[in-house]
Amino acid sequence: MTLNYIRSNRQAIFEEWVQRLKEQSDETVSNVILDQNFSTTSTELINLAILKISGSTEEYTTRLEDFSDKIVRLGWPLRFVVNTLDVFGDLVYEGMEKDGLVDSKNQVKVMHDINHWMKAMISEIINDYTSTWERTISNQKMALQELSAPLIPVFDGITVMPLVGTIDTDRAKQIMENLLQGAVKHRSEVVLIDITGVPVVDTMVAHHIIQAAGAVRLIGATCMIVGIRSEIAQTIVSLGIDLSRVITKNTLKSGVEAALEITNCKIVPLEVKK
Amino acid sequence: MENQSCVKILNEWDIVSARQLGRNVAKELGFGTVDQARITTAISELARNIFLYAGQGQICIEKMYKNGKVGLRIISLDKGPGINDLRQVMEDGYSTSGGLGAGLPGVKRLMDEFMIDSNPGDGTDIQATKWLR
Repeated sequence: MTLNYIRSNRQAIFEEWVQRLKEQSDETVSNVILDQNFSTTSTELINLAILKISGSTEEYTTRLEDFSDKIVRLGWPLRFVVNTLDVFGDLVYEGMEKDGLVDSKNQVKVMHDINHWMKAMISEIINDYTSTWERTISNQKMALQELSAPLIPVFDGITVMPLVGTIDTDRAKQIMENLLQGAVKHRSEVVLIDITGVPVVDTMVAHHIIQAAGAVRLIGATCMIVGIRSEIAQTIVSLGIDLSRVITKNTLKSGVEAALEITNCKIVPLEVKK
Repeated sequence: MENQSCVKILNEWDIVSARQLGRNVAKELGFGTVDQARITTAISELARNIFLYAGQGQICIEKMYKNGKVGLRIISLDKGPGINDLRQVMEDGYSTSGGLGAGLPGVKRLMDEFMIDSNPGDGTDIQATKWLR
């Protein structure tokens, strides 16, 4: 009965629904409604509801997955989606009441039915929504980890590790591992750590860098910290961090020059014969 | 309060957002790049102390307007185990976690004003202010 009502009054419900959402909306929600995707996506939501009530589970599951993917991509807040469904359920009930489909006998049953499929649908959407987010986050984590600490051989015996972004405990561990493994693998004599892209050097970051430099020294190579910007240099001094046991250079360029000197190499311009 | 915004510190990534907040406010108030770096580093130290020792707490950034001067105050609050000997933690090189032990004395040097209040078992309250010159 509910199903028939929704099917036959779909357009009316939809219009009323958008109207009501606009009335009770705050800023984030009205942004969503203004979005041109709103009407297609919400039609999808109604279709989903119809599928759910009519009980065709297989199609429903795949459609639901698509739907959650879509709302995550569109950036709809979950709160809004849940609220939308609530409003939809209210509308259906009120509409049926107005049309005289609800009487004192079946009132409880109708309400129970609506509540039943609403609850199920909301929990399924929340479930799918969060798992889509979780997937996104774990993908990003992996992408971050891949970017995290590359070691690049530039000349014989000279390798560079450019660091970009915030260094946390996990990353510090990875930096140390990659640094030592790579230095052995590439038979590095000099390892340059470039911290131009590290926004903040606090005592923890400094501590990890000092430790890494010490470990590199233990395997017989020289470690140099390059890319120390002037404001970073000032904060390091104010913090009272002692970096005197590590060779430091202003830029990667001067670091490479110093490294070439250590490895007894030199870059000379070619003499062009005329 | 309108001039104050806070970040809860629950995990390592919250340290980054506290820092970001501090940097934005510092920029807005017109601090130069060196002072921005000082302020963000100080926030980083304080937030990391919360994360390491108290587990959770919050960092608040407050805009200060006093006697025609403009400043930024970092307030670090936690309900952690507190500090037993304040004199000791303000000494360079003292650390209970194997770190460099430069955190709190470093923050004091990075900022213009520094106030610490802590009782064992009762949490720690640190306020550090930097004035715009």
